[in-house]
Amino acid sequence: MSSVGVHSYGSISQKISGIVLTAGTARWWVISFAACSLLTLVFFGAIGYLFYTGVGIWGLNVPVVWAFDITNYVWWIAIAMSGTFISAVLHLTRQPWGASISRFAEAMTVFALAIAGMFPILHLGRPWFFYWLTPYPNVMALWPQWRSPLVWDFFAILAYLLLSLLFWYLGLIPDFATLRDRAPGRGTQITYGLLALGWRGEARHWQRRQSAQLLLAGLAVPLVVSVHSVVGLDFAAGNTPGWHSTIFPPFFVAGAMFSGFAMAMTIVVLLRRAFQLGDYITARHLDNLAKLILAMGLVLAYSYVMELFMAWYSADRYEIYTALNRMRGPYAPVYWSLIFCVVVVPQALWSRRVRHSPWTLFGISILINVGMWLERFMLIVTSEHRDFLPSAWGMFYPTIWDWAILIGSIGFFGWLLLLFVRFVPVISMAEMRELIDHQRGAS
Amino acid sequence: MPPTDAREPPFEQDTLSESAPLWRSLDELPARTASASPDCPTLDRRQFLRLTAASLSLAGAGACSRAPQQMIVPYVHAPPQLVAGDPLYFATATNLGGAAQGLLVKSNYGRPTKIEGNPSHPGSLGATDIFAQAAVLDLWDPDRAQAVLHQGQVSTWDSFVEALSARIAKLSVNAGSGLRVLTESVTSPTLAGQLHALLERFPGARWHQYQPINRDHAIEGSRLAFGEVLEARYHYDQARVVLSLDSDFLAAPGVRYARDFVGARRADDAQPDPGRLYVIECTPTLTGSFADHRYAARFGQIETIARAVARAIGLPVADGPDAAVLPGDALAACARDLKLHAGHALVVVGDAQPPVVHALAHAINEALGNVGRTVNYTAPISALAEPQGESLRQLTEDMAAGQVDTLIVLGGNPVYNAPADRLFGQRLAKVGLSVHLSLYDDETSALCHWQIPEAHFLEGWSDTRAFDGTVAIQQPLIAPLYGGKSAHELLALLLGQTASNDYQTVRDFWSKTRPQADAEVIWQQALHRGAFEGSQLPVRPASIRSDFLRAPATSIPDNTELDLIFAPDPTIWDGRFANNAWLQELPKPLTKLTWDNAALVSPKLAQQLGLVNEDQVELRYRGAVVLAPVWIVPGQAEATVTVTLGYGRSRAGRIGNGAGFDAYVLRRSDALWHGQGLQVRKTGAKVPLATTQHHFSMEGRRPIRVTTLDQFHRDPALVAGDLHRPPRPNMYEPVRDEGYAWAMSINLDACIGCSACTIACQAENNIPIVGKSEVRRGREMHWIRVDRYYEGAAEQPRTYFQPVPCMHCEDAPCEVVCPVEATVHDSEGLNLQVYNRCIGTRFCSNNCPYKVRRFNFLQYADEDTESLKAQRNPEVTVRMRGVMEKCSYCVQRITNARIEAQKGNRHLADGDVVTACQAACPTEAIVFGDLNDPRSQVNRAKASPLNYALLGELNTRPRTTYLAKLTNPNPELSQIRVGDAKADG
Amino acid sequence: MNPEHAAHGLLAEFPSPAALLQAARAAHEAGFRRLEAYSPMPVEGLVEALGSTDGGLPRLALIGGIVGGVLTFALQWVSVTIDYPLNVGGRTPAWPGLIPATFEMTVLGAALAVFFGVLLRSGLPRLYHPVFNDDGFAAASSDGFFLCIDAADPLYDPRQTRSFLENLQPVRVAVVDA
Repeated sequence: MSSVGVHSYGSISQKISGIVLTAGTARWWVISFAACSLLTLVFFGAIGYLFYTGVGIWGLNVPVVWAFDITNYVWWIAIAMSGTFISAVLHLTRQPWGASISRFAEAMTVFALAIAGMFPILHLGRPWFFYWLTPYPNVMALWPQWRSPLVWDFFAILAYLLLSLLFWYLGLIPDFATLRDRAPGRGTQITYGLLALGWRGEARHWQRRQSAQLLLAGLAVPLVVSVHSVVGLDFAAGNTPGWHSTIFPPFFVAGAMFSGFAMAMTIVVLLRRAFQLGDYITARHLDNLAKLILAMGLVLAYSYVMELFMAWYSADRYEIYTALNRMRGPYAPVYWSLIFCVVVVPQALWSRRVRHSPWTLFGISILINVGMWLERFMLIVTSEHRDFLPSAWGMFYPTIWDWAILIGSIGFFGWLLLLFVRFVPVISMAEMRELIDHQRGAS
Repeated sequence: MPPTDAREPPFEQDTLSESAPLWRSLDELPARTASASPDCPTLDRRQFLRLTAASLSLAGAGACSRAPQQMIVPYVHAPPQLVAGDPLYFATATNLGGAAQGLLVKSNYGRPTKIEGNPSHPGSLGATDIFAQAAVLDLWDPDRAQAVLHQGQVSTWDSFVEALSARIAKLSVNAGSGLRVLTESVTSPTLAGQLHALLERFPGARWHQYQPINRDHAIEGSRLAFGEVLEARYHYDQARVVLSLDSDFLAAPGVRYARDFVGARRADDAQPDPGRLYVIECTPTLTGSFADHRYAARFGQIETIARAVARAIGLPVADGPDAAVLPGDALAACARDLKLHAGHALVVVGDAQPPVVHALAHAINEALGNVGRTVNYTAPISALAEPQGESLRQLTEDMAAGQVDTLIVLGGNPVYNAPADRLFGQRLAKVGLSVHLSLYDDETSALCHWQIPEAHFLEGWSDTRAFDGTVAIQQPLIAPLYGGKSAHELLALLLGQTASNDYQTVRDFWSKTRPQADAEVIWQQALHRGAFEGSQLPVRPASIRSDFLRAPATSIPDNTELDLIFAPDPTIWDGRFANNAWLQELPKPLTKLTWDNAALVSPKLAQQLGLVNEDQVELRYRGAVVLAPVWIVPGQAEATVTVTLGYGRSRAGRIGNGAGFDAYVLRRSDALWHGQGLQVRKTGAKVPLATTQHHFSMEGRRPIRVTTLDQFHRDPALVAGDLHRPPRPNMYEPVRDEGYAWAMSINLDACIGCSACTIACQAENNIPIVGKSEVRRGREMHWIRVDRYYEGAAEQPRTYFQPVPCMHCEDAPCEVVCPVEATVHDSEGLNLQVYNRCIGTRFCSNNCPYKVRRFNFLQYADEDTESLKAQRNPEVTVRMRGVMEKCSYCVQRITNARIEAQKGNRHLADGDVVTACQAACPTEAIVFGDLNDPRSQVNRAKASPLNYALLGELNTRPRTTYLAKLTNPNPELSQIRVGDAKADG
Repeated sequence: MNPEHAAHGLLAEFPSPAALLQAARAAHEAGFRRLEAYSPMPVEGLVEALGSTDGGLPRLALIGGIVGGVLTFALQWVSVTIDYPLNVGGRTPAWPGLIPATFEMTVLGAALAVFFGVLLRSGLPRLYHPVFNDDGFAAASSDGFFLCIDAADPLYDPRQTRSFLENLQPVRVAVVDA
C-alpha cells in the first residue's frame, strides 16, 4: 500500500505543487536540461540539413529504402504506447496505485508520440508535400490512396495524438487550478489560471470530469491497440519476406507495451530519485511495473518463436531464408543482441530482490529499450536487404546523419520531459487526495 | 523503327551552296557565347527569329535524310507538311574498331538526342552496340576540347593555318621528307584518298597507323595462311557448329555477327539443329557465357588446342605438346562435331591470339569446306592493312632519330596508349612541329604543339566501311559545337585546298567514283538509306598455303609463370570513352563493376595468393609496375591475370580522370596482348570498387529457367514454362484493358548480356548517372538492369544473363502501398509512375519483388550544365530528388505512335511501338506489343512453352515475361547442363 | 458585513469531505435548491446530496463516434467509386481497406464529443466566478470543502440561512459578494 497515509490534503498540494512553484531550480535539472538542449539542437540541425539535401544523407539504398527512419518511428510510437494505455487501464480497473504514475506516463505518451509523428514526414523524399496524405482532393484532384497502410498510419497517429492530449489535459485541469491558487506571482497565477479554464471544483464538474475520463479511457484502450496494429500492418500489408505475416499486429502491440512499460520504468526511477517521491511512487509501483514488463517480455519471446515456426510452417522458401538470414546473415549480431536484451535480460525480473532494487530495474529497462530498437531495425532491414531476387540483394550501413537524428530525437524527448517536470505537477494531486480519502475510509 | 522513308520534297539544285553560314541549334546558343570560336553568332531578336525559321525549314525539309547545311541555306518558306516539334531522323554512321555501324540519329529541332541503328545498313540491321548508343553523350560532353591550343595557350584556327602553311612551304622544297601522318585504322575511302594524294604530293612523307586495339595478328595470320592480307567475312547464320578460340565475336563493337549467330539458333523457329557453340578462352567473355560448352584455357594453350583440332580433322600439323588441357575428351568430341558439320562449321580466333592460330583456323575452315559457306574472304576493309605495331615502331624510331620534323596526329591518343617501350611521349619532344586533332584536350594534346578540336562524327562529313565493306556516308546532324575540324579539312589544308570543306571533299570523292549522270541520285539514295547500294567488297578466292602447318609450335606455355593478359575494356574500350559517364557507370557485363577496371584473377589464384575482392596488388611486369585492385572472376583461366585497358587517364576530363589504373604502363610492343612472368604482390591496402550486383547465386530460386534442347523436345511441358500451369486464383475481378494491352517478352535464349538495352534506356529516358560513391551505396538508376548469375563450379561456371525492367504487373504490389496514388495503372495496362505526385515514401520499392524501382535519393539530374540539357529527350521529364522512377515501357513512344495512328485514323499495328531497349537489342531478344492483338509478335512469344513469369508464384501477373534459356550441349559431353537444369529447380 | 448589500450567496467552509456531504444533505432537506458544493477532489454522493443528477456524456460519445465513422467511410467510398476511380494494383473498390481510417475517426469523433461536452455543460472555460471573491476560497483547490447557498434561492434569507449554515459546524461562514 502506498504510504500517502502520512500526508494530508494540504501537504500533498504543498509537496507536489512545490516542485513546480519553487523559484530555484535544482542543479541536476539545469545540467541535464543543458545537455538535452544541445542534443535538441543536433536533432533540428540534422533535420535542416536533411530537408536541404535529401534522404540521400542517410545510408539508404535500393533494396534497403527504409532503415533508421522507420526504425525510429516504430520505436518511438511504441514508447508512446504505454502512457495512455497504463493510465487508461488503471482508470477502468480503478487501480488506486496507478494514480501516482499515470500523469507522467501520459506526458511520456504525448511527447514520444509527437516525436514518432515527425519521422513519417522526415523519411519522405519530398517532405514538404506530406499534406497530400490529408483526406481531401488536393494536387491533381487526387485523394489519398486509402488502401495504403501509410494512410492508415496518418489517421491512427492523428487520433492517438489528439486523444492522448485531451486525456492528459482533462486530468491536469484541477491541478492547474491548484497551482493557480497557490501561485506566488501574478504572472504564474495568470498562466496557470488560463490553463485551469476557471476550474473551481464544483461537485457537478467533478462528476462530469470523472465520467469523461472514464469514457476517454474506455476509448483509449481499443485505440491504442488499433494504432499499433496499424503500425504492424505497415509491414504485414507488404509482401516482403519477414513482413508479410498476420502475426504482426498483435506482435507489435505486445512489443509496444513492452517498450512502453520499460520506458515508464526508466522515468519512474529517475523521477522518484530526483524529487524524493518515494512516498508516492513506492516499491509496490516498481514491483507491479516490473511484473508487467516480465509478462510482456514473455509474450514477445513467444512471438519470436512463433515467427520462426510460421516461417518454417509456411514452407515458403523466401520466408524461411529470411528467418535463417536473420540468425546467420550479415546482421546476425543485431539479432542475437536483441534476443539477449529482450528475451534473456527480463528473466531477471522473476527475482523479487531485482524487482525491489530501483537501479537494477533502471538498468534492465534501459537494456530493454535498446533491445527493442534493435528489434525494429532487425525486422525492417534484414527483411529488406535480401528479398526475392538474389541479384537485387544489398546491405545497409548507417551514416553519421542516421545517428545524429536518432540520438537527437532522444535528446529532444528528454528536453520535453524536463520542461514537463519543471512546469507541470508530475503527480495528479486530485487523485492523490482521493487516495487519502479512500484510505481514511478504509481505516 | 523510326520513319526513314518520310515524304521527300523535290531536291532543289539552287538550295545548294558551298560556304553557307552554319546554323547552330537554338538550345546551345546561350552556351556558345562562352566558347572561343570566332564565328559564334550573338543572338538578338531578329537573329533569333531567323534561326527559328531556319530550324523549322531544317526540320521540315529534313524529312528526307539530308545534311543540315543544305537544308539551312535558304532560311525561307518552311514546307507546309512541317509539324513543329516533331523529331526527325537522319542516317549516318559511326566507326569503332575498324568497322562501321549505320545509325539513325533522332534530331529535336536540330539537337541530336538519341541514336538508333539503321535497319538498311548491313553493320547494324537496326541494332546498335553500347558505344554507338553512348556516342550522343560524347557529342554534348562539356569537357570536349573547345578551342585551338598552341603550346597550351588558346589560339585560333587562322593562326594555325598560318603556322602550317609556313611549314608546308618548307616541306614542298624537300619533297615532304620529315612529314609524318599518324592515324588510327582508316576505313574511310575519302580519307584514304586524301592520304594517298598527300603521299603523292610529298613523296618523302609517311603515313603511319596505330590504335591500341588493332588486328595485327589477324593480318599476319592471313599472310601466313594465304600469303596475302585478306579480310575474313563470317556467316554465322550459316554455321551450325562454331568453335571460338578466345574470340569474343558476340560482343561490341559491332552487332551484326551477334544478330547472325543468335538469329540462326533460335529454338522457336522450327529449327531442327539450332547449332552449338564451343568456346575456349582465357578470360570470361559474353561469347563464352553464351556457349554450350565453355572451357577456360591459359593463353599459350590456345595454340596447342588449335593444333590438336587441326590434327584431329586430319591436317598434317607438326606435333606439338598434346592438348590434354581440356577435361575428358572434350577436344576430340568438339573436333568430331566440327567434322560432322563440315561445311556448316566455323572456327574463329580472337585478335589477341598469335598469327599462327589465325592461320590454323583458316586452314581448318578450308579443310572442312566451310569457305564459301560460313566464311568468305575479301580485300581488307581497312585502307592500309599492315601491322600497326610495325608502323608505330618505324615512326617512333624516326622520331627518336630526329627525322620527323612535322607530325600530324589525326585522332588517337598515342602518348597515352602506345606500348610503354615505344616511349612515344618522350620522343614526341624531338619533333619540330606536332599537331594533334582530337575530340579532347588529352595526354597527347598536352605534348603536341598544336591541339585542334576535332569535329564529332555527328558534326562533320565523312564516309566509312562496314564489316563487309559497304560504304556509309557519315553525315552531320549539327554544325560543330566548338568549331571542331575533321581530318578531311586538316588534310585538305596540307594538300593546299584551303577553300574546301569536308562536305565538298566527301562529295567530290564520290562524284568521281560514280558516273556523272546519276551521281546525284546515287548520292541522295546513299544519304537517305545511309549506305551505298552494292558497295560491299567482292569475295576473293583464297588459296591456303600449307607450309606453316609443319612449322613447330611457336608458343610453348611455361606453366610455372603467371600470364598477364591485356583486354579492351568492355565499356570504355581503349580509353576513348573514359569521359563518357554513361559508359563509366554501365556495369561491365561479367564483373558488374562500374567506374573502375581491376586485375581479374581466378578463384584458385586468389586463394593461392590470399587475395579477396578490392585487395590492392602490385603488378610488376618486366620492370613496369602498377597498383591495381583485385576482382575475382569465376571461369578465369588459372594462373592468369587479366587487366583491361583504358583507365588511369590523367587528361580524360572530369568524368574519366583518376578512374581505375593505367594498364598501358605494362604493355610492351612485343607483348601487346599477352606476356608471361607477371609478378603479383599484395600491398595490404584496399581499393573500394563499385559493383551493382553483390550476389551471384540463384539460391535455387530459378529467376532464370534453363534447360537443354533435347530435354525440351522430349517434354516441353516439363520445361520451365508456365503454359501448362493453371492460372492462380485472384480475389478480385481481373481488370480488362479495352484498347491496347501492352506487354513485353524477353528471350533469355537470345540475350547475350551486352547491356545495349541499359544504355539505350538511359539515353531515351534521361536517366541520370550517380557516380562511383553512390553506386557503392547501391543507388544506381538504370531502369533496365542486366542480372548475371553463376551456376556450377567456380572454376568452370555456367553464366546466365537476365535483363530486368519493370514487369508492369497487372496486380502491381507497388501501387497498393502508395499513399498518394503516385503509381497507378492506366487503361492500357501500364504501371505508371507520376513523378509530380510522388512524395517519396519508397514503400513501392519495398513492395516491388523485382526491385526495379529507382529512387532519387539526392539531386542526381544535372540541372546546371547547358550542353547536357541540350542532349536530353524533350519528351521525358527530368526527375528531381526525392521521387521514385522506373521503366515506363517508353510511354512517350507509345503516345507518339498512338497520335500518329489517330492522325491516320487507324489502329496501331504490331511493331508501330518499339521501346528503346528493344530497338537497341542486337539479338532481338526483346519483343514488345499489344496483347489484345492476337497476331502480335508478343502474343506469339508468350504462347511458347518456354514462356514464364519471373516470381510468378507471387501472383503479381507481370506483363513482362521471359522465355526460358535453352542450351544444346554435345550429347557426348552432356554430363553438365541437364543435371544443372534439374538441380536448379 | 451589510446584509442589505446584494450578495451572490452564503459560503460555508467545512473541514472534511464527510462534513461537506452531511451539510449538503441537510441543506437539501431544508429545502434549499440553489446549492453548490466545492471540493479539491471528487466526493462520492455529493452531487446526489445536492439533489441533482447529471448524465448524457455517453450519449454524446456515441453520437460523436457515429458521425466520425460514417463521414470517414462515406468520404473514402465516394472518392474511390464516384469522384476519382482508379485502377490501383488491379483491385476493384472494396470496403476492407477503408476500415482502419473509419475506426480511428470513430474513436476520435467520440473523444472530441466527450471532451468538449464536459467543458460546454460545465460552462467552462469561465475565468471569473463570484465565489472567487471569497479570500479563503483558494483552499477549494487544496484542502477546503465549501457549500454555497445562492442568494437567488427562494428560501434564502441572509440571517436565517446564515444561522442554518452555522448549525452545521462549518469552519466558517462568509457572504460572497456578487
